[in-house]
Formats: sequence, structure tokens, C-alpha cells
Amino acid sequence: MNLVNIFVKAIFIENMIFAYFLGMCSYLAVSKTVKTAVGLGAAVIFVLGVTVPVNYLLENYVLKAGALAWMGASFAEVDLSFLSFILFIAVVAAIVQLVEMVVEKFAPALYGALGIFLPLIAVNCSILGGALFMQERQYSNIAEATSFALGSGVGWFLAIAAIAAIREKLRYSDVPAPLRGLGITFILTGLMGMAFMAFMGIKI
Amino acid sequence: MSTEVATPEVKPAEPLFSKKNRALITDPLNDNNPITVQVLGICSALAITVKMSNAFVMSISVLFVVVLGNMIISALRNVIPSRIRIIAQLVIAAGLVTLVDITLKAYVYDVAKQVGVYVGLIITNCIIMGRFEAFAMGNKVGPSALDGFGNALGYAWILVAVAFFRELFGSGSLMGVRIIPESWYATQGGFYFNNNMMILPPMALVIVGIIIWVQRTYNTKLIEQA
Repeated sequence: MNLVNIFVKAIFIENMIFAYFLGMCSYLAVSKTVKTAVGLGAAVIFVLGVTVPVNYLLENYVLKAGALAWMGASFAEVDLSFLSFILFIAVVAAIVQLVEMVVEKFAPALYGALGIFLPLIAVNCSILGGALFMQERQYSNIAEATSFALGSGVGWFLAIAAIAAIREKLRYSDVPAPLRGLGITFILTGLMGMAFMAFMGIKI
Repeated sequence: MSTEVATPEVKPAEPLFSKKNRALITDPLNDNNPITVQVLGICSALAITVKMSNAFVMSISVLFVVVLGNMIISALRNVIPSRIRIIAQLVIAAGLVTLVDITLKAYVYDVAKQVGVYVGLIITNCIIMGRFEAFAMGNKVGPSALDGFGNALGYAWILVAVAFFRELFGSGSLMGVRIIPESWYATQGGFYFNNNMMILPPMALVIVGIIIWVQRTYNTKLIEQA
């Protein structure tokens, strides 16, 4: 039950885009059409779902204060948490590279669809953000961390698919010239964020 | 070694006052602003602009990382194999950000707590990667430092502008100093209410949208053709 709660919470209440602005850059840049937006969204769910559990293991068995106790009593005092940024981002970049190669080899059709987005994801803030939030919130086991990661991914997917759909329709409306494109997208995202804040009071 | 020391050192060299080098600093302030035109580094720009002091700390951190990172990448540009350049860039950025994070925690712990994960996210702040990739990989160390400096300034002024409005209308203060007198507030028998909307995240987006609107009204060549 707890897992479902974390999942739903990550999608709606702690939405990566509307509550934390993570992954904004690609969200704004790749939301011109629904098709590409869906592709990127799927890639984000996938990469988050893989990297957060790996980083969770890293955090709990290598980085945290006392995490190295399994190597012997003399390591029990070691605290490597200052290395977490470098290790997390290295893991993310390496996994993205790996995923790209695996997908290219075994699922060429998917690779064609995701192609250019996969390398972009390494620098998508929501991926590293997922790892850092996981560290901050201290989930009690790997299942919770995974469920949080998948929820965040789905939330991000929802957000980008929604804004892409709006932008497709927006093409037929008469926006003031200086506001066209980027400006109106910002304001729209703000309005969507306000709508998502309605979920905030919900306790689960 | 801080950036504030590094850049003036470079400036006095004679050819650096050339038009091209000056453009490296002035372009990102308006025509090629990282936030409103290149759409880079939005995540952190929006999240930490509730208070002006946070915006300043963030700007200085980004300035430090971009300038130094640009110089390091530029110095190594002929050594980094192009296939793994993203990882190399990320590791350099991560190293610098770790320095910033530890320094903040040591000297301004309160601010460090508020800025929280967003300092870590400077690593994936697209300004950093964007400038590494677009400029530092193909230019000499001097211009790269200037380019980093200019882009960080362009980022900083948007951040500070957004924070100015959010803090003034949301909390009635600037840099933590009260601007709207206490006696105006309704709780003290006055007529004034803080606009609580301003403190919430979505307003940051709307304010950036409005800044873009104003900027493009005056700078018509930036208008997008639909």
C-alpha cells in the first residue's frame, strides 16, 4: 500500500515539473509536437526507473556514513557522502550511454523513435533530481525508491504530453507576437502548475 | 581561486577589449540571454527565486562553475575524446559543484539549506553543459572565460529580476529587509495583504513569461515566427 502511495504522490503532488521545475529545459524545447513529447517522456520514465534504484544501492552501501560497514569493522566510520554528486552523475551518464547501446542493438525501432532524446536525458535535471530527492528523503528500501522513481517519471511524462497537446492547438490561436512561442509556454506552464496545486492538500 | 579574481586578470590584456570579446559579455545579457532566448538553466532559475538573497547565492555559484568549468574544458578540449565528452564534461562540472556545495555549507549554512538540492542540480544546469559544448569545446581559454562570465551574468540578472518581484510582492521585503511597513498589514489594522500566490512556484513561470514578453516587445528580432 505504501508503494502505491509513494507512486501516486510522486505523480501528482510532487510532480517533477509543476512542483519542482526539474527537467524544464527539455520540457520546453521538445514539447512542440505530441509525438516527440511522448517519445521523450517514455525515455525519461525508463531512465529514471533504472538509475534511481542503482543510485539507491550506491547511496546505501557505499556513500552514506557507515554504509561501508559490510566491508569490515574498520570501514564503519567512513563517510563518503561528499562524493555523491560525482558518483550519481557518473552513474546516470554511464547508464544512459549503456541504455542507448542496448536499445540500438536489440530494439532498432525503439532506438529510431527515441534516438536523439536518449543522450539528451543525461543532462535532464529530473534524472539527477530524482537521485538527489531519493537521497534527501531516505526511502526505507529499494522498492520504495523504485516506486518513487517510476512515479516521478510518469508525472514528467504527463506534464510534457499535456503541454505538447496544448501547444499543438495553440498554433491556431492569435497570441500577441512578442509572447509567441516561449513566452506563452511559460505562462501556460504556470497556469497548469496552479491547477496541479489543487492536489497539494491531499494527504495520502 | 575565485572567479572574481580570475576574470579581471584576463581583462587588461590588450586585445581582449576588441569588439568580438566585448560581444561575448554583452550578447548574453539581452540578444542571446541564456534563460529567455537559449532556454537554458530554467530549472534552478525558477525554484530558488522566492528570496533575493537565494538568487544572489545561486548566481554566484553558477558564475563560479561556468567560468572555471569553461576554462578547464577549453584547456582540455584537444585531449577529451569526442565520444565520451559528455561524461568528461559532467565530471568536471560535478567536481566544481561539489566544491561550491561544501563551501556554502561551511560559510552560509542557512542559505545552503534553502537552496538545497538545486546546488547539486547546477551540474545538470543546461547553461553549464550548453556553454561547455557550444563554446568551450571549440575556443581558447581566454574567450571561454569571458563567454562563461557573460552567460552567468545574463542568467543572474533574470534570476534577480524574478526574485525582486516575488520577494517584494510575496513577502513585502527585499534581501530580507522590510519594504512594506508593518503597520500597513491588515493584521495590524491596515489594508495590505501579501500576495501569497507569489511565493508559490507557478508564479515564477508567469513572471519569466512576462519578462520574455517585455523583452521581445523591445527587441523585435527575437520574436518567433509561428
